[in-house]
Order: sequence, then C-alpha cells, then structure tokens
Amino acid sequence: MNDFIKRHILAIPIGFYTTLKNLIRKPVSVQYPKVKIPMAPRYRGLHFLERYEDGSERCVCCGLCAAACPADAIYMEPEETEKGERKARIYEINLLRCIFCGFCEEACPEEAIFLGKEYEFSDDAREKFIYTKEDLLVKWPRTKPSPVNFIRKKRRPYMK
Amino acid sequence: MDWTFLIVKLIQVIAVFAVLLTGCAYMTWLERKLVARIQSRLGPMNAGYQGLLQPVADMIKLLFKEDITPKHVDKFIYGIAPLASFIPATLSIAVVPFGDSITLFGRTYDLVISNLNVGILYVLAITSIGVYSIIMAGYSSNSKYSLLGGLRSSAQMISYEIGMGLAIVVVILLSGSLNLVDIVDKQGSFVGWYVFRNPVAFVVYFICAVAETNRSPFDLPEAESELVAGYHTEYSSMKFGMFFVAEYANMITVGAIATTLFFGGWHGPFLPPIVWFLIKVAAFQVFYIWARGTLPRLRYDQLMSFGWKVLLPIAVINVMVTAFFVL
Repeated sequence: MNDFIKRHILAIPIGFYTTLKNLIRKPVSVQYPKVKIPMAPRYRGLHFLERYEDGSERCVCCGLCAAACPADAIYMEPEETEKGERKARIYEINLLRCIFCGFCEEACPEEAIFLGKEYEFSDDAREKFIYTKEDLLVKWPRTKPSPVNFIRKKRRPYMK
Repeated sequence: MDWTFLIVKLIQVIAVFAVLLTGCAYMTWLERKLVARIQSRLGPMNAGYQGLLQPVADMIKLLFKEDITPKHVDKFIYGIAPLASFIPATLSIAVVPFGDSITLFGRTYDLVISNLNVGILYVLAITSIGVYSIIMAGYSSNSKYSLLGGLRSSAQMISYEIGMGLAIVVVILLSGSLNLVDIVDKQGSFVGWYVFRNPVAFVVYFICAVAETNRSPFDLPEAESELVAGYHTEYSSMKFGMFFVAEYANMITVGAIATTLFFGGWHGPFLPPIVWFLIKVAAFQVFYIWARGTLPRLRYDQLMSFGWKVLLPIAVINVMVTAFFVL
C-alpha cells in the first residue's frame, strides 16, 4: 500500500516539483550564431598551410601527409621553383573525405599543415568541398598572428 | 432596450473578444517559453524582445500558407469544422462575470456579457458542442489518423463531461444557484471560496476540464507519436489556425469558469476586480502548461478507466456527501 502511494500518487507532485526546479534553473542553450563558445585548445577544424616568415610556402610537397591520411583525402603534385626548390603545384584536400584526425599535421616534417579552429565551412555543393592550395594557404600578409607556436606548445607538448 | 445599453454591451463584447483572442495568441508564446524553460531551453528569442512578437509572426505565417483542401475530403463538412470548433470555444466566455457591477449614465451594468439565469447549464451545453467539430473534422478528412483522433476525442470528451457535470453539481448544491454571477457573489472573498469548501470537486473538475480541452496529459486525439496530428492532420493554413486558436480559447474559458466556480471569480483584496480575475485565469493557464511539461500522455485504456472507474465514483460520492451536509 505504501509502495502504491509512492509510485502512483506521490509521483505526480514529485514530477511537478522536478519541472519547477528546471523552470527556475538557467537554460543551457547557447544562442549559437550570436554567441559562440570558445573551442578547446586541441580542437581540430579546417586545415591551413603555413608560411615562413618571409611569406614563402613551407610545404615541399613530400607527400607524407597524403601517405598518412587514413581517408585518402589529400592529393598533390610537385613542381620546381626558379630557385630550384621543390613545392606543390597542386595541393587539394577533399573535406568531405577528411575525418579531421590530424595525422597529416603529425606527419608533416616541415610543419606546414595544421588543423585550425575554423568549423563553419558548410556549403551547398560537393565540388566546393575540394579545397585547393589557394584556399588552404594562410593569407599574406598575415591578418592573424601565426598559431604555430601556440599549437606546438598546447597541442603537441611531447614534441620537444 | 435603449441605445446606451446596446452600445455598452457591444463595447463589452468587443473588449472581451479582443482580450480573449490576444490571450490565445500570447498563450502560445507563454506555452513555448515555459515548456522550453522546463526543458532547460530558451524558447523563441528572435522575434522581438524574448520572442514577444512570435505570435504575430506565427499568425502572418499561417495566413500566408497555402490553404490545401485534399481531393478526397467531404468539402462542406471539412470547411465548417474549424468554425464549429472556434465558435463554441469563444461563446461560453459570455456568461462569465469578470468584475463587479459598474454605474454608467445612471444605469448599473454587470461586468458580464450575458447575466444568464442558467449560466452553468449554458456553459456545459456549449462545451459539448465542441465535440462535434472534432468529429466533423475527423470524419470529413477521410484519413485514418483524423478519424482515429476524432473517435478518441469524442469518446474522451463524452466520458469526462459526466465527471465535470457532477463536480459542477456540487457547486450548484453549495450556492443554490445556476447563475454564475450569483455563484461569485455567494463565495465572497477568500474564505468562502468553493475550492476550500470542497477541494475534491475542484480537483475532479480541473482534471475533467483538462481532458475536455484535449490538453496534455489527456491529449490523445492529437498524439503526434501515434496519430500524426489527430483530427487536424489534413488541415493547413488558417483552418489549422482556427483549431489551434480554439484549443487555446478553450483553455482560457476553462480557466475562467474554474475561477468563477471555485476561486471566487473577481473577488480579491487591494487590486481592481478585473485584475484579480485576469490573475486567477492566468494562474490556471500557467498550471496547464506546467502540467503539459510534466506529465506523460495517458494510454487510451488508462484514460477511459481513469475517467469511469476513478473520477466518476469520486464525483458521485462527493455529490452525495455534499448534499448530505447541505441538507
């Protein structure tokens, strides 16, 4: 009998009390496009290709990132510059294949490719997700300070 | 019957209607807001401050939607069903007194549209008409979901009307009058409220009223997990809007009648009568929404057995006990 009261009659006031508690509590929703929560330091978003401090590309098109990529999302073709250095003629990442694992960043011997914090790059056609070298290279002159040092320290403390 | 009387009555009708419809519109806002907060969400935020213009936006959206009449429907009944749901929903507010009598140009006017001698009977009759619209909508839509929703709704409303009627009988026994103005006057302020003199009748009445208005947890006719949207599955545009407004108008009416019958109507200290009336009605609406956010929907057999096996005996015993004490 006691159990019956607890389960069938008391349950209703308890339920009302629970919802009342929630009613008073602060909502957990974030007004997303207006308010953005900061990303975690180790968040892996859209890739970018770094440059040296003189503006030249770090990437030498060695192909290690493409080899490391488990999703086979990276395609590249090399060429030679006037100074006789090797660099990428074509460098494409298919972001629909990419799983944002960050292996390319780990594999890169030149510290050229990094995964940034950008995550708002949705689009309306499949072709638009194949990002070319122009899309991936950081803007020059820089608009934001280079994140390389930050990434070295925060994301890969085991490097040094 | 002179002109000033007519004009005052007309103003009353228009004012009550306007307040009722605005109330319906803002009920939708309040419901979305409160249910959202119960679920730790924010609810509408973008239309106006805290989404206060959301009802306006919804109304404009509904008006501009295409009015679809499916090929297989019974066109005449399909067309009048929304009206048949909307009109009774607004009609029964006519006998509810919302304030003390006032004197204008040497004449006294009760703040009630129609001071009917058999007010309660009128309310019961009008709320019963609401069933027809749902049956009509469910039948004429020629869709299995609508038909099932309509059937469930009619069975539910007829069953719960009995409990509601018996709860109201208690009020009639206590007050000795069918006139809502008399009932309010008999209760006086606070101590004499029938909710304190007979709380069982109030609980029975309120549960039945929630079932009558097809609100959660008794919203089986439009159980979206089973019946898509129940009897208004096939409706779109403003016809759907009519059902929607009727549902909220019914809620407000039930709140107003519950206030009148059990909570002393417009009586209350300090504030003017109309304000007290509105506060009490609003409190009922908040409770409605709170219940919606809390209680899960009943199964059909549970609903029926609860109505017939629990509420009805309680109501009958309550009537007998009250009659014994009154006599």
